[in-house]
Amino acid sequence: MRFSRKLLGIPYAVFLIIFVVAPLFVLFFYAFTNGEGQFSFSNLTGFFSDPNTLGTLCYSFALAFVVTVVCLLLAYPTAYFLATSKLKAKGVIIMIFVMPMWINFSLRITALKEILTMIERNLAYYPFLNSVLGMTYDFLPFMILPIYNVIVKLSPDYGEAARDLGADSAGTFLQVTLPLSVPGILSGVSMVFLPAMTNYVVLDMLYNSTYIMGSLIGSYFSAYNWHGGSMIALILLAVICGFTLLTDSIGEGEVKRGGAML
Amino acid sequence: MRKFGLAFIIFVLLFLYVPILVLAFYSFTNASQIGSFQSFSFANYVRLFTTEELREMILGTVVLALASSVLATILGTLGAVGSFYSKSLVDRAYASVNQIPVINADVVTGFSLCILLVVVLGISKDTYLPLLFGHVTLSAPFVYLSVIPKLKQMDSSLYEAALDLGATPFKALIRVVFPQIFSGIVSGFMLAITLSLDDYFIATYTKPAMFDTISTYVVNATKGSHTEIKTALWALSTVIFLIVLVVVAVININANKDNKAMKQRRSY
Repeated sequence: MRFSRKLLGIPYAVFLIIFVVAPLFVLFFYAFTNGEGQFSFSNLTGFFSDPNTLGTLCYSFALAFVVTVVCLLLAYPTAYFLATSKLKAKGVIIMIFVMPMWINFSLRITALKEILTMIERNLAYYPFLNSVLGMTYDFLPFMILPIYNVIVKLSPDYGEAARDLGADSAGTFLQVTLPLSVPGILSGVSMVFLPAMTNYVVLDMLYNSTYIMGSLIGSYFSAYNWHGGSMIALILLAVICGFTLLTDSIGEGEVKRGGAML
Repeated sequence: MRKFGLAFIIFVLLFLYVPILVLAFYSFTNASQIGSFQSFSFANYVRLFTTEELREMILGTVVLALASSVLATILGTLGAVGSFYSKSLVDRAYASVNQIPVINADVVTGFSLCILLVVVLGISKDTYLPLLFGHVTLSAPFVYLSVIPKLKQMDSSLYEAALDLGATPFKALIRVVFPQIFSGIVSGFMLAITLSLDDYFIATYTKPAMFDTISTYVVNATKGSHTEIKTALWALSTVIFLIVLVVVAVININANKDNKAMKQRRSY
């Protein structure tokens, strides 16, 4: 066979089919069958008729929403002030903000946990506050970086033009800078919102007994209940797809999750 | 406004760094919890490097990260080159499937891989294969994503020129295309390393029971009440912090040098 550059992709294509596509089919199969291997909707109806699991779904949404808002309120001003400042060391300072991403999250959460234990004495008294603090602490760099990257590339000409046309600084910010930084905000939001619904290990480490969607998969996994766990995974997949479509349609396809890491 | 901005930046920096720095300070003492200590000591560091269990867990994490990243880099790079030169429909199929693990939650990726490999195909977790391929699945798509832009920036006539000058397609690929996408391959590899080192969920769902990565080990250790291990992990946190600090500093200094070299070249 003649050498062709196309053929180089075959190993990766096979890899993607086995390790990305096939697991999703298996997930579907397990979610809609019962222990005897028969087709059944019981996992789906079970999820939506159990007040506990429905409560967990709502709680996950609420927690993810609050975490995302808190991250945004901290990250946006940080990114904005840094990107628009006249500091020469901007590049170095943004590296300092991003550096925690490279320190193992479990060790960082350990550090936070020790501090919180010293302040609160008993972590179990403030489950919601601690969840928000822990996740904000973990995910904040992922929100700062994409917003910074967008604002720092905005040409100062836009601001000058707005001022020449009579806008005050608040008007310039609200009508020019903020709308132009929406792609950064969206990519930051998608880097924070979805992990906040699923990353239950942060809560586990902070001695939290509250459940989010990820915790349900974890508990089904420990109980070897593949069918129930698959249904939760499938529901999460649906949420993730919906969320991605939503952010893509707002940003007209400009948002790329993971873009912040590249 | 300027002053407020600076104060805000400092506040957020403190939020991010105070816990790490306080922990680093207490790692050099004999305290068993933060708040008070009697004396300074290196006991935590001695324990970190002499306890068999801790050494094995750190070594295991690093070996796993290297092995999975090498595999992910080879697969992701080949995939990027192959898809870049395929018809646009095939190219789009690669790109879409590649995006699935990137967007998906790690919990879902880990759980679905565990079901396929362990439950359906019956591969034992003790073979390390589910864990290894789990990490490759996590990071190969990011290698793909860092190589693709380099291929797009490349001047395609160079490859044609090499063929015209008598190179075989394979030789042209190695001598002409590869050097131009090399920086993308390297950054993809680095990304793969950091993803593997930071992973918790894929590892929990696919690892052998007796094997631990740093993440799974630390999570279990925080649930237990083994104080000596807990404070040795403070030392580990400090060591990793210092390593990251040095790496970031070196990268920054090199980037500065490159910038200056570029400016000098332009002035000729």
